Amino acid sequence: MSAAAAATTQPANAAGERPGSGMASTVALATLLLGPIIAVNGLAFLMPVFNLLLLSFRESLGGSTIGEAYTLANWSSTLFDSYYIELIVQSILTSLMITALTLVASYPIALYLHRSKGRWRTFLLVLVISPLLTSAVVRTYGWIAILADDGLINNMLKAFGVEAMRLIFNKVGVVIGLTEILMPYMILALLAGFGRLDPRVEEAAETLGASPWKVFWRIVVPLTMPGVALGCLLSFVLAVSSFITPKLLGGGRVFLLATEIYDQAIVTLNWPLAATLSMIVLVIFGAALVLYSRLLRAVI
Amino acid sequence: MEDRPVSPALKIAAFVMFAFLLAPVLLVVPISFSADSYMSFPPSGWSLRWYIELMDNSRMIGALGTSTLLAVIVMVLAMVIALPAAYAIVRMRVIGGEALLALFTAPLLLPTIVLGLAILIVFAGAGLLATFPGLVIAHLIIVLPYALRVLTTSLSGLPIIMEEAASTLGASPLTVFRRITLPMMMPGMVATAALSFLVSFDEAVISLFLTGPRITTLPVALYQHVENQADPLVAAVSVLLIVLTLAVVLIVDRTAGLTKTFVK
Repeated sequence: MSAAAAATTQPANAAGERPGSGMASTVALATLLLGPIIAVNGLAFLMPVFNLLLLSFRESLGGSTIGEAYTLANWSSTLFDSYYIELIVQSILTSLMITALTLVASYPIALYLHRSKGRWRTFLLVLVISPLLTSAVVRTYGWIAILADDGLINNMLKAFGVEAMRLIFNKVGVVIGLTEILMPYMILALLAGFGRLDPRVEEAAETLGASPWKVFWRIVVPLTMPGVALGCLLSFVLAVSSFITPKLLGGGRVFLLATEIYDQAIVTLNWPLAATLSMIVLVIFGAALVLYSRLLRAVI
Repeated sequence: MEDRPVSPALKIAAFVMFAFLLAPVLLVVPISFSADSYMSFPPSGWSLRWYIELMDNSRMIGALGTSTLLAVIVMVLAMVIALPAAYAIVRMRVIGGEALLALFTAPLLLPTIVLGLAILIVFAGAGLLATFPGLVIAHLIIVLPYALRVLTTSLSGLPIIMEEAASTLGASPLTVFRRITLPMMMPGMVATAALSFLVSFDEAVISLFLTGPRITTLPVALYQHVENQADPLVAAVSVLLIVLTLAVVLIVDRTAGLTKTFVK
């Protein structure tokens, strides 16, 4: 509550400028209006996350019992253990690959949307946002229907006399599924960053004799770099932390950080270890954010 | 700015990628009408048997009821909590309002798996695990950022002149808010309600941490079903979810505007 209580308001506006309503009552009103959201945020966000950080420095005594003393044991057993190092490296590499594929798949859609107008643009935007708001479980199920042994692709291959391929319960399925799941985020980030793309600059380059290919690589791509950077940041952090799709399309055979956090929390009940792995995910987030701001400064 | 003609190469690339993006969602519809007892595409025959089996599946129907009630309560609470906050931040220009807005939208930046775990541990100690109030609070944390974002955007887009005029003519702040601000914010509020309902209704990861045999939401029941067997029953539920999503997207477009809500 302290944040709202400390927050004073500037009286120079319609609501605050009532005669007789002094400074103190305005502060009281602001506190009253902001109180509920601060309470929910503090109780179900700030406090749990801070608690999670503390928990990563405590020891699991088997089951869900947790030791009282603070220790670095979880951190040393994850950061110096070859299994967890491999898990972290694999999660980062897989996420980078998914990010690159998502960018390639989303860029044409974003550019096309940027150049569309009116009802057609709205229609296309509905097509982009609807998957975004459709449950990941539903979309992953759709991918199972496409990639399964008896799914769309393998039945088509069989019809052409080609031998069926294993496309789910391995990394291939996870990468394909997550790429599609993340596309709407990438498209919206790209669109938000496409503001600097002025058609007149492209026309100028064309008039001066540049081929369409050259215009794309020398004008369009550099000008849209801010959107690309934002989209990649978003896709990467979402890929590192996604859980539903790797779990369902990986069939328990693809091990990533997020699936390991869930297993440690729900199956093994080692909460301190799960907390440590969560903090490692947040550290990776932080690193991605630093890289992003560096990149952004370099391209602008 | 003049329009730039879209090259055929871009058109083709965009359409191929659209097909990729929409394939899983579109494919679910024909599968839900499959007559097969397991999932295979294309199905060997068509029927409504999976919709009928859905009606008879007490677990799914129970979860559907829980999710609907949960989403309605979360929607109402989100509005009651976020509307005053949006007013304080935008109209009263609370000092540090930008920082508060960042704090209130921060839960969206945190991975849901981390947030779910963090809430699980605190709720386990508070006895809120696998309870309805626990689910309400947890859902509020991820619904409030959306609600606050749409409402602040909607409020800052309104001309303050009307409110000032009413105030000058002697209306009390509460009357100004009730008779002027609130009616003008209607589109933003409708969009907020629709989005809040959907975000809560679709939430899977955090719920997965907080549900148990006693209480389950629809996405969790769906997830657990797919984990065991991916039969066309899931497709029948999915079609209902897709229709709901489309309805919400159209409502948001008609009220707050898709570009304003999702792009800028």
